[in-house]
Amino acid sequence: MDSIYAALMDIVGEDYVSNQTEELFTYSKDLGTSEPQWPDYVAAPKTVEQVSRIVKLANEQKLAVVPLGGGLSLAGLALPLRGGITLDLKRMDQILELNEQSRYIVVEAGISHGKVTAYLHKHAPRLMHSEPGAPAAATIGGNLAIHGQGDLAHPYGFNSDMINGLEVVLPTGEICRFGSCAIGNDWYTLHPLPDLQLFLGWSGCTGIITKVSLRLFPCKKFQEQDLFIVQDENLVPEIIYEMTHIGMAEDIMAISQEIPPPFNRLHCILVNISGDSKEELEFKRQLIFDGKLARYIEDGVGGIGAVGQKIERPQVSKTSDWRKGGGFEYVGSIVPVSYYPECYRRGSEISARHGIPYTVLGRVVGSSHGMMFSWTYAFNRADEETVRHAREALHETDRMVLELGGTLWKPAVFGQKLVMDRMDPNTLQMMKKVKHLLDPNGIMNPGNWEVA
Amino acid sequence: MVFFAANHLTFTRNYPLINRQTGGCMMLTLRFDENKCLACETRDCLTKCQYLDMDVEEAALEIQNIIQGKDSRVLHECRTCYACEEYCPMGNHPFYLIVSRQEERNIPPLPEPIIQQGVQLGIPFRGEPEISEINGPVLNMGVFSQLSHLAQGKLFDGLTLISTDKRKMHHYFCNLMYLHFARISVINERVPDIIQTIAAHRPTEVVHFHDECYGTYNSYAQAFGIDVPFKSIHLFEHLYNRLVELKEEIRPLGYKVAYQRPCSSRLSPDKHLFVNKIFDLIGVEHVDREYVDENALCCGSTILSQRQKGSRKFCLDLQNKNITDMKKAGAQLCIFNCPACMQTIGKQVAESGIMPIWMSDLCRMAIGEKPA
Ligand SMILES: Cc1cc2nc3c(=O)[nH]c(=O)nc-3n(C[C@H](O)[C@H](O)[C@H](O)COP(=O)(O)OP(=O)(O)OC[C@H]3O[C@@H](n4cnc5c(N)ncnc54)[C@H](O)[C@@H]3O)c2cc1C
Repeated sequence: MDSIYAALMDIVGEDYVSNQTEELFTYSKDLGTSEPQWPDYVAAPKTVEQVSRIVKLANEQKLAVVPLGGGLSLAGLALPLRGGITLDLKRMDQILELNEQSRYIVVEAGISHGKVTAYLHKHAPRLMHSEPGAPAAATIGGNLAIHGQGDLAHPYGFNSDMINGLEVVLPTGEICRFGSCAIGNDWYTLHPLPDLQLFLGWSGCTGIITKVSLRLFPCKKFQEQDLFIVQDENLVPEIIYEMTHIGMAEDIMAISQEIPPPFNRLHCILVNISGDSKEELEFKRQLIFDGKLARYIEDGVGGIGAVGQKIERPQVSKTSDWRKGGGFEYVGSIVPVSYYPECYRRGSEISARHGIPYTVLGRVVGSSHGMMFSWTYAFNRADEETVRHAREALHETDRMVLELGGTLWKPAVFGQKLVMDRMDPNTLQMMKKVKHLLDPNGIMNPGNWEVA
Repeated sequence: MVFFAANHLTFTRNYPLINRQTGGCMMLTLRFDENKCLACETRDCLTKCQYLDMDVEEAALEIQNIIQGKDSRVLHECRTCYACEEYCPMGNHPFYLIVSRQEERNIPPLPEPIIQQGVQLGIPFRGEPEISEINGPVLNMGVFSQLSHLAQGKLFDGLTLISTDKRKMHHYFCNLMYLHFARISVINERVPDIIQTIAAHRPTEVVHFHDECYGTYNSYAQAFGIDVPFKSIHLFEHLYNRLVELKEEIRPLGYKVAYQRPCSSRLSPDKHLFVNKIFDLIGVEHVDREYVDENALCCGSTILSQRQKGSRKFCLDLQNKNITDMKKAGAQLCIFNCPACMQTIGKQVAESGIMPIWMSDLCRMAIGEKPA
């Protein structure tokens, strides 16, 4: 028997390791346009100790280790570019502590967002966390590893700004904790100790997040989605500015897409609000629609599209339904809100050049401090030509984002290189040093964020 | 036999109706007889309006302004409730005229993006419908394919449903809702093609699920001289006739009910009579309330978004007034036929303790069937 396989079997048990083609096949793909990349082994640990032992083994064997959560980040970020071990973390899905009064929950990092939401719904219905618009199988750890954003992005920022503590297995196998939990206390704060957490946004290149204390926020009894529509994209930033000044919303997103027709060349600003009573909701609606937005309505340039709808996350994935073959991938970026018009215009031009109906979305992060803007490109998985077009459109968009002055979010390797090409040399060297210091053998998710 | 409808008429992206054979655009004009207005003494169209406060003198002046294509406060303040079509004692078409003038003078009641979105909503984008010849009576679901499940049981026996595929339903969309949008042009561009699609099924008669479709092919089409090659039947008339046939099976329901009258029912006031006829037949009591029949209040669906200052608040007050009135009158159920009304106030009605229910379901309950 292959000795590495035997060692992995010894760590996680026979049922949770594989080097069989049919299983490796599943792990060789992601949902987007990336070419398949095959791991040599897949292991699904249950405990942090098992993770640590696997990482130590990988160091001895100079084998790559690629952490995998839901595998939903789309940009090939959890594909094993250099083979090695794909570490499927989904078995690490326990809820360890819920502290209602201090509003946090400690979970294992392989738990899905859907499971956290369901748990809170049942055990603490007055609390919520910031769930991304991704399918419910997306994991807490995977989302933090790419600086995701969710339902509470407007009031509270990135999901990675909403943590009270972390446990990480370093690339050399040590288990480290950060925040109040590092000194044996409860997991109630990440600050004020010296800042050491170098794991968020690293796509697993600097360690494996194994436990997280997530901040929870008030979940009000009534929640609804309202819709404000404009035709002139130039109005979007100022309307968002007004809405974020009022500060009544939990999530603000602007979407525009060619298909279905009611969204074509229009900008639909989705506003999620909540209240513990109908009066609270109505008070918020009044502030939003009858106050600052009234002039757009009276001028006839903006209008209320709907009020009091059930909250639905925009389904950019639907875009793949309009074309046979069901594939899509998007470029994400973080840009100032004022870039919205240009991002929309350039994006729809790129789509048109590649014969793909355009789909764009901007989500407000913070109080208009930034916006996650994404361009989605659909393709037919069975038609290589459409995959090529989508891939080229993604690459063009990566370049365009940087040209505009935006910052790529969870870029694929292509985009990571563009970012690093532009990076201040001292910063780049710092990244290199951090990576080398933490991961001397370069085993963690190699090929990603690799400084030459 | 299966074939594709509308094979000699097509829309371009911007919707002018192009006749492929002649290459020309069709122009449709409203048949409006201004002499009737001159002869009218009551000016009911405006004096009865629940939203404009107007006496006979002012109404006379404003009607003249509108007829002559001049500005009028009516064009700015109209809530587009359709009711003046019913109020008009002369059988003229005041509402169609108002909307035509709003469009000509560019006084849209709604903000432009809402109009644009609404207009785009009606664009078919998922292929042509497959048309089968029925050679019998049909039930036209129009743009409400997702409500096809309502049309089940004995009351619908013998009717073949058309427009049951929600991907294709826009080919059956009567488009009349653009009256709320001051877009007569869009209706006129699209309706002839929709008529052809329905006619291609070769129906012997068409029962329309929605009042609005019935109004389109019976009132609007006539007003604009659009030829409709099929016979239309109002859903309520159909339900009533079927209930009469099934009279033996009716068990009086005994509920006290309110009815949410939709705007498009104003285009067929003669069919509104069937509401009470049905209620009497199935043994429900139509509660005595203020906002009923001619005085019915709009659900507020488009008023919410109108440009007039304070429209959202106005809409809420209107809805509140309507539901409070139902409640005060002791209604246990509120009967809906229009999906837009149901969507707009159904939830609020339910929250006030009155059960919202479709007219078809109510009728089915009366003959011992379970509501859909
Ligand atoms: C339809 C759709 C909508 C989406 N909407 C959103 C959205 O609204 N907001 C948003 O933020 N994202 C969104 N995403 C992107 C993505 O799905 C989510 O960010 C998701 O949370 C990623 O988590 P995952 O478990 O799938 O990560 P994976 O794809 O499994 O991993 C992401 C990266 O993190 C690394 N990694 C995984 N787990 C760990 C760990 N425990 N420790 C260290 N590194 C790790 C992986 O190696 C990889 O590099 C969307 C995706 C789709 C398909």
